[in-house]
This record gives sequence, C-alpha cells and structure tokens, in this order.
Amino acid sequence: MPVLEINRHTQDLNLEPDMPLLWALRDELGLTATKFGCGVAACGACTVHLDGEAARSCMLPLGGLQGRQVTTLEGLRDDALMQRLQAAWLAEQVPQCGYCQSGMLMAAHALLRRHPQPSEAQIEAAMTNLCRCGTYPRIRRALRRAQLP
Amino acid sequence: MKRRGFLIAGAAAAGGALLVGVGLQPPDARSRLGTGRGAPQPPQGDGVALNAWVQIGRDGRVSVAVPRAEMGQGVHTALAQLLAEELDADWAQVGVHDATGAPVYANAALLLNVLPLQPDDDGALARFARGAAQRLGYSLGLQVTGGSSSVRDAWEPLRLAGAAARNLLLQAAAARWQRPLAELKTAGGFVLHGERRLGYGELAAEAAQLSPAHELPLKRREDWSLIGRSPPRLDLPAKVQGLARYGIDVQLPGLRHAALRQAPSFGGSVVRFEVEAIRQRRGVFDAFLLNEGSAVVVADSWWRAEAALKAHPPRFHAGPRAGLDTAGMRQTLQRALDQHSGTGFRNDGDARAVLARAGAVLRAEYEAPFLAHAALEPLNCTAQVKDGQVHVWCPTQVASLARWKAAQVAGVAQERVTVETTYLGGGFGRRLETDVIEQAVAIAMRCGGAPVKLLWNREEDFTHDVYRPLAMARFEATLGPDGLPMAWLNQVAGPSVGTDTVARLLPGLAADLPDKNHIEGAFELPYAIPHLRVRQLRVPLGVPVGSWRSVGHSLNAFFTECFLDELAHAAGQDPLRYREALLARHPRHLAVLRLAATQAGWSSALPAGRARGIALHESFGSICAQVAEVSIEAGRPRVHRVVCALDAGTLVHPDTVRAQMEGSILFGLTAALHGEITIANGAVQQRNFPEQPLLSLAETPQIDVHLVPSTAPPGGVGEPGTPPTAPAVCNALATLTGRRIRQLPIRL
Repeated sequence: MPVLEINRHTQDLNLEPDMPLLWALRDELGLTATKFGCGVAACGACTVHLDGEAARSCMLPLGGLQGRQVTTLEGLRDDALMQRLQAAWLAEQVPQCGYCQSGMLMAAHALLRRHPQPSEAQIEAAMTNLCRCGTYPRIRRALRRAQLP
Repeated sequence: MKRRGFLIAGAAAAGGALLVGVGLQPPDARSRLGTGRGAPQPPQGDGVALNAWVQIGRDGRVSVAVPRAEMGQGVHTALAQLLAEELDADWAQVGVHDATGAPVYANAALLLNVLPLQPDDDGALARFARGAAQRLGYSLGLQVTGGSSSVRDAWEPLRLAGAAARNLLLQAAAARWQRPLAELKTAGGFVLHGERRLGYGELAAEAAQLSPAHELPLKRREDWSLIGRSPPRLDLPAKVQGLARYGIDVQLPGLRHAALRQAPSFGGSVVRFEVEAIRQRRGVFDAFLLNEGSAVVVADSWWRAEAALKAHPPRFHAGPRAGLDTAGMRQTLQRALDQHSGTGFRNDGDARAVLARAGAVLRAEYEAPFLAHAALEPLNCTAQVKDGQVHVWCPTQVASLARWKAAQVAGVAQERVTVETTYLGGGFGRRLETDVIEQAVAIAMRCGGAPVKLLWNREEDFTHDVYRPLAMARFEATLGPDGLPMAWLNQVAGPSVGTDTVARLLPGLAADLPDKNHIEGAFELPYAIPHLRVRQLRVPLGVPVGSWRSVGHSLNAFFTECFLDELAHAAGQDPLRYREALLARHPRHLAVLRLAATQAGWSSALPAGRARGIALHESFGSICAQVAEVSIEAGRPRVHRVVCALDAGTLVHPDTVRAQMEGSILFGLTAALHGEITIANGAVQQRNFPEQPLLSLAETPQIDVHLVPSTAPPGGVGEPGTPPTAPAVCNALATLTGRRIRQLPIRL
C-alpha cells in the first residue's frame, strides 16, 4: 500500500504495488494531463517529475515509489517556470494535436531547471520525447524563448 | 479522352444510384445555411442560433459549429475565422462547438479526391464530374475530416453563414432604431449607427426570428481582417495546460475500462482464453471473446484489464493467412508486373511504340514498404448502450460513419445514436476507420448499461493498423535529342486502398474498380512528355490497407520524382533546369519550383560532403516543392535543411499552413529514414516505437517554409507537404553518392 506525495498532497493509495504510476494518476486520481503513448517508456507522453527530475511514469511501479514526490502538469499550475514555458509554447504556437505536449512541457521544465541556458546538445539529450505531428522545430524555438536572458 | 470518360463513369457508378434524383450540380452555399429542412437541433445553453453554423450568447459570445475533427491541423480555428470574418465578430469573443449529425454538416469536397481528373482540367466533363462528386458526398451526409478538404469545403458556406447572420443582426438593429439598414455598419461584434451601437448579444434573440436577405454579398478580399491573418489558435491554451479532452480522457460516472487482444496474424482466431481465472482478479467485471479473433477484459481500471490479459494471454490459431510474409508479397507484385499490364489512367501519344524503337531505354524499379500511422494517442472509444440509446465519445475523423456503424452493431436506428467527437491525438487517416468504435459498442452491449472505454495498447495499434500499402513502380523511358523525356511508361502495382476501404464500410458494394487514390500523383504529371503511359495494377496482398497522410501521393511522388531525377542525370542536365524545361505550360508549378530553389540557394556551393536534391508535387489542390540538403554521418543519411515552397491558393491562417508544412515534412522524413512495417508468418513484426522509431528532435533538420501569395480559392494543406520530402532527400543522396535510392526506407 504505497504512500507517496502527488502534487504536494500525500496519497495513501490502496493499489497494487505493480500498477504503474501512470495508471494511478489517470484512472484512480483523474489526473489526465499525463498521457499514455507506448507503455514501454519510449515516447515520453507520460513524463512526470519524480523528486524534480523527468521520469516516464508508464514503467514506474507504485511499489518502488514509497515516499517519493511526484509532480504532474496539473501540479505546476502556479509554477513560474512552467508558466513561462506555457507562454512560450503559446507564443510559438507549438502544439498541433497536442497529445505529446504535456510530456514535452514536463521534460522542458526539468531541462531548464537543470540548465537554465541549455546548449543544443543538452536540448537534444533531454528532449527525447516523440511527437508524431512534427512540432520539434517550434519546441526548439519555444525553449529559446522561455530562457531567462 | 475516351479512357478518362470511362473511368469517371466507373467512379460515379459506385454511387450512381444515389445520384438519381439529387441533381448533378454541387450543393450551393445558400442551401447549406441550415435554416430550413435539415437544420440541426436547437442549441443548448443560452445561445441563440442564427443558422446551423453560429450561435450568439446574450453576453455576445459567438460559438461556431465545427463539424470537422481537430487533430492538430487547426481546423477549429480556420472554420471559425471564415465565419467570424463575414460576421464582423470580435475574435476575442469567438469559440467553437462540436457539431454532429445534421445533414448540413456533410463534407461536399471530400469525394473530389477520388476523381481521376487532371487538376487543371476545366472541361465540361470534368466540371460535371466534380459537381456530381460534391453532390454525392453531400447527399450521403459524409461528415468526414480527411483528404485535406475541410477548408476547401467550408470556404463558401462558412463565409456565407457569417454574412447571413450579420444580415439578421443588421435587420434587428434597423428595426429597433427604425432606421434603414443601409445606414448601419458592423464592427467588432456591434451594429453601429452614428454614435449608437448595439452588441450582437443584445440583438441575437430578435435576429433569430428573421430571414436573411436574398442577396448576401461577401466581403472584398482587401477588406478582410481575419482571413489571411494568424490569430492565436483556439485549441492551444487548453493543450498547453493539459486540459484538452482527448478520447482517452473521457471520464463518466461508473465508467468501465476494456482492454483487448486481437489475433496477431491476419485472419487468426482465439483457441484458448482463461475466462474463469481472469474473472477472479481484482477489479475485473467480465472477460469474453468479442468475436473469433479477439479477447476482451472489462475491469474498473484499464491497467487491471490489461494486466489480466498479460497474466493470462489468450492463445491464438494463426489462421489461413499464416503463410504471408513480406518477401512473398514482393514476389507477388513482381509477378503481377511481369504478367499484367493493368488499368490505364493516362495514355498520351504512343509510349509503347516509341519505346519499342528507341535506341536506349532507361529502366528502373521502385518500391515503398507498408507503413503504420502511429498516431500518439492509441486507438480508443467510449460507448454506452442503455435503454435502446447508444452514446459514443470518440476521437474520430468520421462522425457520420461512426454513428451509422454504431447503430448497425447495436441494432438500433441511427436516430438513437449520438456521437461526440473529442480532440484527436493525431489522425493521419487511421481515424477514418471505425473498427475500434464497432468494438466499443459491442463491448458496451455486454456492460449492463454502464459506459465502457476501450483502449488499445501500442502493440495492438501497430499490429492492427490499416497500412499504407506496399507498392512497386516499374518505369521505362527514352530521351529525345534535347535530353528531355520523349516517352515515359510507369506501371504501379500494389493493393488498392479504395477497394479495401469500401470493403470495410460497405461489404456488399466492394468490387475491383479502378482506384484513383492508388495512382494519384503518378498519372497527373504536369511535365510535358509527349508519349506518356501510366497504368495501375491492383494486387490484393491479404494485409489491410488504408489512407495514410496523402494516400497514393506519398508513394507516387517518391517513385515519379526520383525517376525523373534519374532522367535528368542520364541527360547530363541539372535537375532543376530539367524540370523547368518540362513545365513551360504550368506557370504555378514553375513559380513554386523556382521559389524553393532560389530560397535554398540551389546554384550556390556547398561544403564538401553535402548535396541538395529537389522534388515537386501537386496534391489536394496545392503545389509543393522542396529542396533537401543532406550529408552522410556515421554511415547514416543526415538531413540538415529542407526548404519548402507552397502554393495553396488563398491562405486562411498562414501560421497553421507553415506548421502543417513543418509537420508534413517531418512525417515524410520519418517514413523515408525509419518507416517500414514487415510481415512474417502472417503477422506484423514491428510492435512498438523501439522497433519502429519516429523521427526525434535531434534528427530534425532546419525547415524553411515559403508561401506563394495567391488569390485562388484555398487548396488543401494537411497533406501536400508530405509527398515531396522522400524524393527530395533521395535525390540529394543520389547526387552525393552517385547511387540511386530506389527502395524505402533509405539504406545506404
């Protein structure tokens, strides 16, 4: 019966320890910003923050998360960096279908926290989430725009 | 000409009976206002409907009915722009609502894509065929989002709907003020008279009682303030906040969740399914065979249903198509090309005779693989069957077909079915299919009135797609004394998307008819080649095939634009100049080609180890040229830059057009560099992204998009950017290495 902190609320989840975090978020807690894309941590649509670092929640069993802090896009509504990223995403009109964008924003947030002015190589290493619509050129531009001068 | 007449007759014959009595002219925009018969249900909430396309709230908020699916192509915004322009609405007050069901919401432009016509053919027969196709699509009530047709279809009706609503508001204000209508103006959501003004919200209720004037002139182009601008897209704020509701996000009280496994091999069946063991598991409501090929678990969470299937995987019998493999299917296509000449789609001059007496004949064979759609939102559908009513919530491109199929499965009249279209997490043609909708309704019928959400895992999505067909093109050509092609013979072989699609939708009507969508992009060549012969071999291969972004164009542009490049090289001529020489009678094509070449610096020197390639292709009413700049890094092709020029007629939302070009190019690049579905033992071998990667951000080239200013009616923009990408890249690699790439994906 894992106890973890989700978006700053302690959650005592009466759930199977082998249930991946993604499905606890989506089906049990109704936090649907985090998406299912592949189930094998390949596409990044399910990216959340685990203790502040980007993590793919579709392959994180709840049993291994005892005492960890989980943050989803919903939990960053008042976060200044996320708001700056979202504003940059809108200024560049990044999303098309939009399905991958929650995960993209979570990955971008983790990247800019670690590297406020990332190099191209750092961007390419951190932004490995998949987008089928092909919004990558605009994601690059929005990441530049969101950086503090 | 005779041949073409026959083909048009053939295409029309499929729905010919339906045409009798409905007329052969395209439906006029006025009849699509939806104010008389065929009007949709009155709106909900406090909005007042001024016609089928617009409601205005007391607070002045304008809500535009959008019967097309938003799958990232910006259709909600574009359709709202068309209406708001003529309404003189305040864009900050404009929103949209999903509109399903009423006949006026049908897409009349969709079936234009199935006509085997030259794009610039404006003769009487062509005009007749186009009118009949539009009338047929409208009469069938096809509420379909596809074929890059939404804006082309909405261009007149939505503007006219805005003008009609504005006229009603003017009449209402004129009555209140007791002034002649001619003295009144509109701007920003208000009717104005001197210093006085009335908001649209204050007038809507009175306006709704009136009838629009007979004459509804549309604005002059120079008076537009929304069309041709790029206001922020309406759907994006929700999408960056994680609030946009996709099909997978549908939540309802008492919602159940279903997972399924389908036989891995085509036509396979379930031979063992441990229903009793599965029913013991936590959260499981039920487990059953949905049909002979698929097993389903329904639980209180999707993961529990899926985990049950993982713990107790059904066992399958491979079935009659277990012997299928890609190598065998390639041989089948080869044999067909050896033994048959197929159906003619173009026969200018006498290519066979010229080739027979030519001294030197250039020959090449091209091949493209099966491809999956791989939209990022896995297939899903939510359904509820209760008290003889069926409710469906789904991310679909075919709301009207979804309704019809759901009614069939549930055994009720269509009037007892509602379909709510959510946002689509990508479509690309996969969501033109109704398979997951039919499954969800069938599962819902076993849930005792509870709603149930069926979600496929990624492996089901990859292995049970309707694929872009495996196809081959066999070319022969001979050059004249000037080096330009004198004769060109192209035979394209592969399974027919048209035949397969009709067989799935209307099994009774399925027949092996000429299929324009199979050969599109191969037979309408704009190049001046005196002896031109293009033929189609429809060869069923036992693998389901369907519409994949740009359909036949993505195959045929690769075949045709690469082979033309081969001819330029064989003639010792520059590939750009070669194309220019063949396009003298096509000024729009020529302008697009030159724009791309100029912006790419075609003649300028490149660093050692780099090369450029060019390709040009017309599809869905738009012309696109691309120049790719490539090198080879660690034995792999590396695309550094793609310069794209597009003539898509009038641009409603230029920034969306740019975004569609960027996305289409990356879609084409994913296919060229990585895309391949192979079959072994009757089953698809690529099951998830690690085996079938999508292009990554790190692999993404610089993309520069240049849009040709135009006053022509809008062309499509969702698909025309994809076809030129693979040939531009392959032509660049051929220049770099001296070796032709004749098979995709690219392997050096």
